[in-house]
Amino acid sequence: MNGNQAAALAVKLSRVQVVCAYPITPQTSLVENIAEMWATGTFPGEYISVESEYSALSYLVGAAYAGARTFTATSCQGLAYMHELLHWAGGARLPIVMVNVNRTLGAPWSLEPDQRDSLSQRDTGWIQLYCCDVQEIMDTVLLSFRLVEEAKIPCMVVYDGFSLSHTYEVVELPLQEQADLFLSPPPQEALFHPSRPQTIQPVTDYRYMARVIQAGHRAMLQVPAALEEINRSFAGIFGRDYPLAEKTGPENAETIFVAAGAVAQTVKSFLPLLDGGVEKNGLLRLRLFKPLPEEEIVSFLSRESIKSLVVIDRNLSMGTGGIFAQEIRALLQGTSFQGEIFELNLAGGIDLTLELLRKSMEKIGASPAGDEKIIWGVDL
Amino acid sequence: MGNVPVFKETLLGNLPQEEYMLSGHNACPGCGAVLAVRYMMKVLQDKAVIVIPASCWSIISGVNPLRSLETVVLHCPFPAAAAVGSGIRKGLQAVGDLQTQVVVLAGDGGTFDIGLQGLSGAAERNEDIIFVCYDNEAYMNTGMQKSSATPYGSASTTTPAPRVKQNPKKDIMKIMAAHQIPYAATATIAFPGDLIAKVRRAMEIRGFRFLHILAPCPQGWGSPVEKTVELSRLAVLTHVFPLFEIQDGKQYRLTYHPEDPLPLEEYFRPQRRFASLEPEQVELVRENVAYSWEELCRKAGIL
Repeated sequence: MNGNQAAALAVKLSRVQVVCAYPITPQTSLVENIAEMWATGTFPGEYISVESEYSALSYLVGAAYAGARTFTATSCQGLAYMHELLHWAGGARLPIVMVNVNRTLGAPWSLEPDQRDSLSQRDTGWIQLYCCDVQEIMDTVLLSFRLVEEAKIPCMVVYDGFSLSHTYEVVELPLQEQADLFLSPPPQEALFHPSRPQTIQPVTDYRYMARVIQAGHRAMLQVPAALEEINRSFAGIFGRDYPLAEKTGPENAETIFVAAGAVAQTVKSFLPLLDGGVEKNGLLRLRLFKPLPEEEIVSFLSRESIKSLVVIDRNLSMGTGGIFAQEIRALLQGTSFQGEIFELNLAGGIDLTLELLRKSMEKIGASPAGDEKIIWGVDL
Repeated sequence: MGNVPVFKETLLGNLPQEEYMLSGHNACPGCGAVLAVRYMMKVLQDKAVIVIPASCWSIISGVNPLRSLETVVLHCPFPAAAAVGSGIRKGLQAVGDLQTQVVVLAGDGGTFDIGLQGLSGAAERNEDIIFVCYDNEAYMNTGMQKSSATPYGSASTTTPAPRVKQNPKKDIMKIMAAHQIPYAATATIAFPGDLIAKVRRAMEIRGFRFLHILAPCPQGWGSPVEKTVELSRLAVLTHVFPLFEIQDGKQYRLTYHPEDPLPLEEYFRPQRRFASLEPEQVELVRENVAYSWEELCRKAGIL
């Protein structure tokens, strides 16, 4: 099955109570799959097709206020259109799970899998998990429901448009019994009743607001440990073990590539074909991006043997550089990391070919300190 | 014109005595929106939760940790109210609460302007909520900026005199009727019995219900605080704001029928926002009001 089908099936297995969505390429077949299951009665939850992404997330804010297990999916412009509600759900700490299928934000129009859509929502108080294959999409959607309900923080499951959403891979299907063992049954009680007057998310002063924000930060810091525990439980039931960040390569690697999403999977497959092969090259695949699992990343990257990091960003903060690169630089600040950081930028959704990766490695060899820190994929 | 009797519940003496709105709220003196909600709450009691987007009522309902309504109040972003309310209703259903009513309480900005898309979507899906618009004809919470509910000829801080608003007020009831929702009605605070009867009616029906309540605002309209109820009454008696209801977008019924309209000047004069209206502009309004009234009477089968 493809990534969108896998996500839809995971929604069914998770016994979601309210799904509300608006179709957008390349997410469309995901909601069509849910609609199909809903129409034929195989998905017993509520499915509502609304008039915009803004209303889709608003709807789930309401349903989650009431206490229901909720899901939506979007992409690109749709995610940007939801932005106000992303902050609201994050601030209200609502356990909503959303899929975002990466696609380039306009202008001009484009359908390629640039990651600026999800990364520009970095500061909205949502957990972000990046997937690199179809199996991982299925499993991540499933385990996200447990994560959001334990952490009381909404979660965005992110994967690349077309290269994952529409690409068919062999997937091991979880059984409903396994899912039921892993997830608690969906809530059966409303979180409020008019006979018990209360106000939810009222106007407040800056002191109370500051406490809300601080509490959100501290809760976010607990996510890596919580996810690790959930990963362990998931592995126990389903037999698939997901790390917070995937680390490959030899102990004394000299070059480490850093990437998230399908492009990380591509790099992994190219490692044996590069100069130095798997003896010299390694990969850090960012899976939990928000919040970054700091200790895990720093201990992996600050080894003495590492001479260069190549951060591959299929995104860009104009005027600064790749967004993953910024995050990695900030994490390594003040650590024993001695190497150099290079950015290979694939903004616009440039496909990473072996030829392109080799050319970019030549650039690194030719000018270690380079006038421009960014190696542009589009120039190679 | 036929002779439609005054609603028998219009008299104050017939109002329920119970109060579900507390004193000590945050509204300005003479606030019409407070009376609208106070009356409405007498019907909703503890059977409904209230969803409030950015509006005067975000404040009137109480700044943390205070509250002025004896029920659950949920706040949400400005354009989101219809969808959040629909989601609450669906979420309650999913967790087994089939009874609690969800009432959205939005101002004219959150209804006519920024909330219109979500409102239309929820109405088209016939979501099981009551959407109440308390209409004070501009963005009053932030100090009288014009909305698309601001009438022709009104000054506002964003349409200051002499360049007062040049376009007519959006006809929200026609828009709602076009959605063929089960129930839509107008009401105003000078006719509390009529208002309460319509809230009751709305509570008895399931599906999307819409109430448009005119709520004068002394601060914004530039009128004496003691004239709020009088202006509400004059809006009806001049035919500016007729009281009616629509079932399924088709069956119109006038719930109060003032035979001959009072002169518009009586309504305009106490309001500073209309100070720059010239007699020929008042004449334009009169023609427009007469046209709308006739159209409404025709639909209600009275002409």
